[in-house]
Amino acid sequence: MAMNSTGRGTTRPETGEGGMPADTFSGNRGLAMEEPLIFEQGEPARAGVDLPEPPIAELRLGDVKPRSGIGLPGLSEPQVIRHFTRLSQKNYAIDAGLYPLGSCTMKHNPRLNEAMARLPGFADIHPLQPVATVQGALELIDSLARWLLDLTGMAAVAMSPGAGAHGEQCGMIAIRAALEARGDKRSRVLVPESAHGTNPATAAALGYAVDAIPGAADGRVDTAALAAKLGPDVAAIMLTNPNTCGLFEHDIIEIARLVHDAGALFYCDGANFNAIVGRVRPADLGIDAMHINLHKTFSTPHGGGGPGAGPVVLSHALASFAPASAVVRGPNGFSLAEHPEGSSFGRLKAFHGQMGMFVRALAYILSHGADGLLQASSDAVLNANYVLASLQDVMSPAFPGPCMHEALFDDRFLKETGVSTLDFAKAMLDEGYHPMTVYFPLAVHGAMLIEPTESESKESLDLFIATLRYLAERAKAGASEHFVAAPRLTPRRRLDETGAARKPVLRWRPEEQLDQAAE
Amino acid sequence: MRYLPLTQDDRAAMLARIGAGSVDDLFRDVPESARRSSVIEGLPSHLGELEVERRLKTLAARNLPAGSVPSFMGAGAYRHHIPAAVDHLIQRGEFLTSYTPYQPEVSQGTLQYLFEFQTQVALLTGMDVANASMYDGSTACAEAVMMANRVTKRSRAVLSGGLHPHYAEVTRTQARWTGFDAVDAPPDITGTEDLASLVDDTTSCIVVQNPSVFGHIRDLSALAEACHAKGALLVVVVTEIVSLGLLTPPGEMGADIVVAEGQSLGNALNFGGPYVGLFATRDKFVRQMPGRLCGETIDADGKRGWVLTLSTREQHIRREKATSNICTNSGLCALAFTIHLSLLGEAGFQKLARLNHAAAIGLADRLAKVPGVSVINRGFFNEFTIRLRGDAAAIVDRLAEQRILAGVPVSRLIPGKPELANLLLVAATETNTEADMDAFAAALAEVV
Repeated sequence: MAMNSTGRGTTRPETGEGGMPADTFSGNRGLAMEEPLIFEQGEPARAGVDLPEPPIAELRLGDVKPRSGIGLPGLSEPQVIRHFTRLSQKNYAIDAGLYPLGSCTMKHNPRLNEAMARLPGFADIHPLQPVATVQGALELIDSLARWLLDLTGMAAVAMSPGAGAHGEQCGMIAIRAALEARGDKRSRVLVPESAHGTNPATAAALGYAVDAIPGAADGRVDTAALAAKLGPDVAAIMLTNPNTCGLFEHDIIEIARLVHDAGALFYCDGANFNAIVGRVRPADLGIDAMHINLHKTFSTPHGGGGPGAGPVVLSHALASFAPASAVVRGPNGFSLAEHPEGSSFGRLKAFHGQMGMFVRALAYILSHGADGLLQASSDAVLNANYVLASLQDVMSPAFPGPCMHEALFDDRFLKETGVSTLDFAKAMLDEGYHPMTVYFPLAVHGAMLIEPTESESKESLDLFIATLRYLAERAKAGASEHFVAAPRLTPRRRLDETGAARKPVLRWRPEEQLDQAAE
Repeated sequence: MRYLPLTQDDRAAMLARIGAGSVDDLFRDVPESARRSSVIEGLPSHLGELEVERRLKTLAARNLPAGSVPSFMGAGAYRHHIPAAVDHLIQRGEFLTSYTPYQPEVSQGTLQYLFEFQTQVALLTGMDVANASMYDGSTACAEAVMMANRVTKRSRAVLSGGLHPHYAEVTRTQARWTGFDAVDAPPDITGTEDLASLVDDTTSCIVVQNPSVFGHIRDLSALAEACHAKGALLVVVVTEIVSLGLLTPPGEMGADIVVAEGQSLGNALNFGGPYVGLFATRDKFVRQMPGRLCGETIDADGKRGWVLTLSTREQHIRREKATSNICTNSGLCALAFTIHLSLLGEAGFQKLARLNHAAAIGLADRLAKVPGVSVINRGFFNEFTIRLRGDAAAIVDRLAEQRILAGVPVSRLIPGKPELANLLLVAATETNTEADMDAFAAALAEVV
C-alpha cells in the first residue's frame, strides 16, 4: 500500500493472509506508534511553558539588532510528553533486555545513582562557586579518585576527560609531554590491528605515525613482531587489555618491559577494565597510563551515546604532566588547581570534569564495595565463558577460551549458508535481542563480539543461548531468506544507509524551502 | 549483592558446563605475579541503598546549592528553570539505558531526537547543519579550530580576547600538542578589540565569542567579511545559548562554524559537567565536521527512518584518518536540550531570552547605583562586567559567607593580572527575583 513520508497509510489498508491486517489505516500497529517530527506538529501560537510577560523595557544590545523569527515549532506539554514517550518506545535498552554489545559494557544502571546525582548539593552547584561553598563536591571527586587509584595501583589520576576517547588523548599527551621533557622527540606509536578506532585516531591527531602490530594466531599481540618494531623513534604502544578479542594479553608484563627498555611508554586502553576490577591492578602490569570509562566499568548510564567520563590513571613517570583542573587536599580542606602549572600539559575541557558522572560512579562503587566489585568482574567473566562454552559447537569461536568478559565468534559457521554476520544480527532483532557488536575487531572475519555483563541471570543467558543456537541451526539448514529479509518485526526494517550518505538530509526544512531547493 | 543475579548454584552449574574448576581458572592467562583472587585489602565492603544515600547526602550537604541563595554566576554555566517534564522524559529507561544507535532498526527513538536536535541547533545558530553533539562548548571550540585548519589547509588560529579563558586554554592545549598556532589577543575588557587587523593570508580562522566572556555583544558581519577576504573562516562561540532567542544569530553575520555550550537548555549546573557541545556549520563543510551525524533515509518498506551517516569521517571507520577521535558524545544531554526547547517553542524561547535580558538590565541598574561599582558594558545579554573598588575575589568570598553567590571574579579565570583583579562577571536569569537583586545590591554596598 502507499505510504506517506511519516509512515502513515494514505489509502485504506488491504487485508492480508489469514485475515490479519497487512497494514493499518493509522500506520500504527498496536502499541507501535508512528510519530512525526516536532516540526511537523507544532503551531507557533502554542507553548509548553507559561512564562511571565517580559517588561517592555528598552533593549540594551549595543549595536546589535534583535533577531526576527527562528522557525521553532510550538507544542503544549502533553504533546511534548507524548512525542518523546513514543520515541522512547522505538528504542532497545538494557532496562528492556539483554544488550550484549561487546566492548560497550551495557550493564545494569542502578537508579540510586540517578537519584544521588540529582541531589541539589551536586546538581545545582556552579563550577566557579567559591571553593569554600563546594567542599563536599571536591571531597566526592577526591574519594572517587582514591578508589580509582586503589583499584589500579597507579600514582595519579586526571579526572577531567569527557569520555574514553578524550581520556586516550589525555594519556597520550601526557606521554608526549614526558618524552619532550626529557628532550626525546619520538615519531611512531604502535597500535595492534585489533585496536579500537579511537586509538589510531588519537595517536595520529598528535602527529604520530601509526604503526600496526599484527596479531598472533592466539588472538593476542605477536610479541616477537612487536619487539621487532620497537626502536628509538617509538613513543608509545597503545594496547587494550583485556584486548578487543576479549582475551587477556598473557605476555603483557614482558611487553611492558620491552616497551620500557626501548625508552617508550605504555598506554593501555581501559575500555575493558570491567573484566579485571579487583583482580588485576594495571600498575602491576607495567602500564603508564590508562583511561577508565566510567560509563562502562562503573555503570554511569550510556544515555543513547553519552555523556561519558574518562578519568586517566597515570604512573609516577607521567603524574606531573596531568592537566588542570585537579582537586587538592590540604590541611584546611579541599581546593582546586585550576590553572596548568609546572609541567602540566594544559587543559582538556572547561571546568573540572563530568561531576554528574562522578556521583553516579561513586554510588556504584560504594554499593558494591571491594567485595562486590570483585564479584561483578568475576560474574562478567563467568557469564561470557558460559556463552562461549554453550555456543562453541554451533557457532565458531574465533579463539579458544577461556575468554575474559566477552566472547568472540567469527563467521565460519555461516560459510556457504548465504547468511552474513549482518543478516544474523538482524535476525536477532526479530527475536527481541539487541545484537552483539559486529564486524569488530576488524582482524576477525565477520566478527561477533558478545558481552553479556554480570547483570544477566542464568535464566536470561539460557534463553539467549537457546535463541542463538536456533538461529545458527536455521542458517545452516538453508533458511537464508529468513535472515536476509530480517528484521520484520522492528519499528523500521533495514534502512538505506547508502542512500542516506549519498544525498545527506541532516535536518528538517519547511516544505517551501524544499520546494525552492527543488527548483 | 543486589545488582548481581547469579546464585552460588548458578555459578557452580555454569562452571561445570565451561569445564573449569573455579572462576580463578578463567583468569589463568593473567601472569601469576599480577593475579589476585581475594579483595584488595583496606577497602570497604558493599553497602545497602540506605547507607550509600546517607554518605552521599552528607557530602551533598557540604555544598551550597546555587538555587538556595541569590546567585548571579555565569561565565559559561547558567542556572535556568528546567521544566519537570524534561527530567521525567530523559529518565525513561529506553533513553537512559540505550547506547549509540548502531542498530538503527531498534534505535529510531534516539535517532529521531538527534535529527530534531540537529535541526534545532541549525535553526538557533542560523546555520545549515549541526552534528549530534560534542562533550561541551570548550571541546567543540577546539574541534572547530582544527576543522578550520583542515578546510583552509592553514594552521594559525587567532583567539579573541573575549573568548572564555577555559575555551582558549583548551584550544591552546590542542594547538600545542597537535601542532598548530593559536594566537591570543589580550583580554578584551571593553569589547572593542580589532580582530580584523589580525587576519592575514596564513590565518585559518578567527575565534570570537558572542556575547563575549565579559558580556559584550558585537555585530560580527564586518569581521566575517575580513576573514573571507583573506580566505580564513569565522568561528563564533556562544556560551549562553538562550541569547540566541534575542540576538541576531551568528549564521546571519557570516559565521562559517558556530560552536556553543548547550547546558542552559535542559541541563543543570552539575558543577561543570556533563554538558552538551553544539557544533554547526555550512553545508559545504559538512564532510570536514567532527562527531556523529544523523540523517534521514527510508527502510525496506519505503517508510521514513533515520540512521547515523557520513561515518567515513569517523574514527571507527577511518581510524588514523578520522576528522576527530570522538566516539561517545553527549546524547542524553542533547535529549534534555531538545525536550526543553520543544517545550519552550518559538514563542517561549524568545520570551525566555527577553526575560533574561530584562533581569540583567534590572540588575545592572541596581548595581550601577552602588557607590564604588561601575558597569563596564554598553550592551549585553544576561551577563555583564562590573568594576569594583577592591579585590573582586575577596568580595565574592565575603558575600558567599552571607549566602550570596555574587558572580565570577575575572581573576578566577585569568590569574596573575593585577589590572583585572577588581573585575567581576555578573549574570542574571529568569530564576532571579527582584528581592534577590535587591539583596545582592545591598550586600555589595556593605562590602565595597
